[in-house]
Amino acid sequence: MWKFIVKRIVAMVPVLLGVTLVIYLIMSMAPGDPAKVILGEQATPEQIEELREQMGLNDPVLVQYVRYIWGLLHGDMQTSYNSGLPCQIEIFARFPNTLRLTVTAITLSVVLALPIGVWAAVKQNTIFDGVSMFIALIGLSMPVFWLGLLLILFFSLRLGWFPSSGADSWKSLVLPGVTLGFQHMASVARVTRSSMLEVIRADYIRTARAKGVAESKVITKHALKNALIPTVTVIGLQFGGMLGGSVMTESVFAWPGIGRLMVQSINKRDIPMVLGCVIMFSVSSSVVNLLVDVLYGFIDPRIKSQYK
Amino acid sequence: MSENKNVATVDVAKKYKKKSQTADIVKRLFRNKSAVLGMIIFLCIIVIALSADFLFDYEQDVIKQDIMNRLQGPSSEHWFGTDEMGRDIFARVLYGAKYSLKIGFSASIVSLAIGLVIGAVAGYYGGWIDMVVMRIMDVLLAIPGTLLAIAIVASLGSSVNNLIIAMSVSGIPGFARIVRSSVLTVKDNEYIEAARAIGATDRTIIFGHVLPNGMAPLIVQATLRVASVILSTAGLSFLGLGVPAPHPEWGALLTNARSYIRDYSYMCLFPGLAIMTTILSLNLFGDGLRDALDPKQK
Repeated sequence: MWKFIVKRIVAMVPVLLGVTLVIYLIMSMAPGDPAKVILGEQATPEQIEELREQMGLNDPVLVQYVRYIWGLLHGDMQTSYNSGLPCQIEIFARFPNTLRLTVTAITLSVVLALPIGVWAAVKQNTIFDGVSMFIALIGLSMPVFWLGLLLILFFSLRLGWFPSSGADSWKSLVLPGVTLGFQHMASVARVTRSSMLEVIRADYIRTARAKGVAESKVITKHALKNALIPTVTVIGLQFGGMLGGSVMTESVFAWPGIGRLMVQSINKRDIPMVLGCVIMFSVSSSVVNLLVDVLYGFIDPRIKSQYK
Repeated sequence: MSENKNVATVDVAKKYKKKSQTADIVKRLFRNKSAVLGMIIFLCIIVIALSADFLFDYEQDVIKQDIMNRLQGPSSEHWFGTDEMGRDIFARVLYGAKYSLKIGFSASIVSLAIGLVIGAVAGYYGGWIDMVVMRIMDVLLAIPGTLLAIAIVASLGSSVNNLIIAMSVSGIPGFARIVRSSVLTVKDNEYIEAARAIGATDRTIIFGHVLPNGMAPLIVQATLRVASVILSTAGLSFLGLGVPAPHPEWGALLTNARSYIRDYSYMCLFPGLAIMTTILSLNLFGDGLRDALDPKQK
């Protein structure tokens, strides 16, 4: 198992290098001279040229990229054009907030989606199945930011139950968590239902029932365990989408995470900060994919045996 | 005597003539009520988008400010009310369909075309070409799609064309992977070997024999991709990175409405409903299409 994890981490290195290269090349196409942005409109051409030389902006893009990666490996994400501080200070200060929001959303969605998906499969073609799957389809079709606005309208402005912005208490986490988790819940519930439907018709389930095993045990112990692989895959795959969604959610609820930091930095044309945020998101997404691969082994012993 | 025999043979042939696969798929699709509902709703949205220029005068009805009529609630005169500039929200929402569908279809077609070529070449030739191409696709897949699009728009600037570029690039790896796996399952079949044996060129084999036999998952992915592009475009516009003002893109309408949510909540309702209805119709249709194309459903 450890051998597999190490192998996967090693395989992640070239992918992450590629990710940083792609993002660096994209961001280097941004119009405007960074030296001019830092020095302001009053700067003389000589001052701009001096700063360009000092920042290495006159070097070829690939040389600049190698320098950036070298800095990144030493924990340096360059200096923010806006604050003048190293980007990593603000990114690492805000990352726990994004993590808190994402983990809350995933937990909420999985805790609700699993029973809904299982129950919809067990009660296939009943009203519960129809209604829950219709709600799931609505969830998949609803823009995250619109759901956020509707929740603010009802639960914050009309009922006053939860704050509409900030991250001061657990109450502040409820609306952004539900907003971000709803779409995820919809897809997890749908996948759980369809994979349960395949499993509960299998011969071993019929055998378990014939042996007189209680129905609840048949569903939870025999069926659900075997139906979990596609569900875990979707949870992992959706994580990337959830990071994209977190950018919108954080903007709607003024949540102080790196998604909001990224949007603010784009508006201020703070390229090193945008670069740092996208890289942070992509690294998180790759790490979650690795965790999902490892999790397969715990769920399915057949996969674990392949790791050896 | 022999004439009668021939007629009988034709009758038997007609009787046992194998039904075309497309006819089977269409039949299964039309048997699925939700898919038909989704298709009808989406066709209506396409008709609205296509006729937007005939229904409204863009300068007069969509972007012209009328401060005397600002922030009017829904009424018989303004079905969805008016915004902070006195513009009719109904006209703006209907006109917005044009932007969303234009970006949705253009970006999906570009991603499909490029992904198709990349996936087909990688899958068919295999070896180092496959390895290099798919590693590049892995890198693009490792960047969450919306974030990649945000990075591209942040770099190129916000405009309809840059949005199409951003959405197209982020959609390519998904299509390339699907095409590659379809090609891998089909390319060793006997009919491909037969085509090769009679001297067909690689291009004829890939585009004439391999791809048509692996199209099913691609069609479904393309349908769902249109939905996903429309959703992401609205998201980017909501963040101020999409279609610039005063164009009535649905996400941009919601950004505007956000400042007035407390007292004029109707401004938030209709653009959101328009996005949701469009995505829902495409999801219903896409799901139905997947079921119809899946041989297991037969």
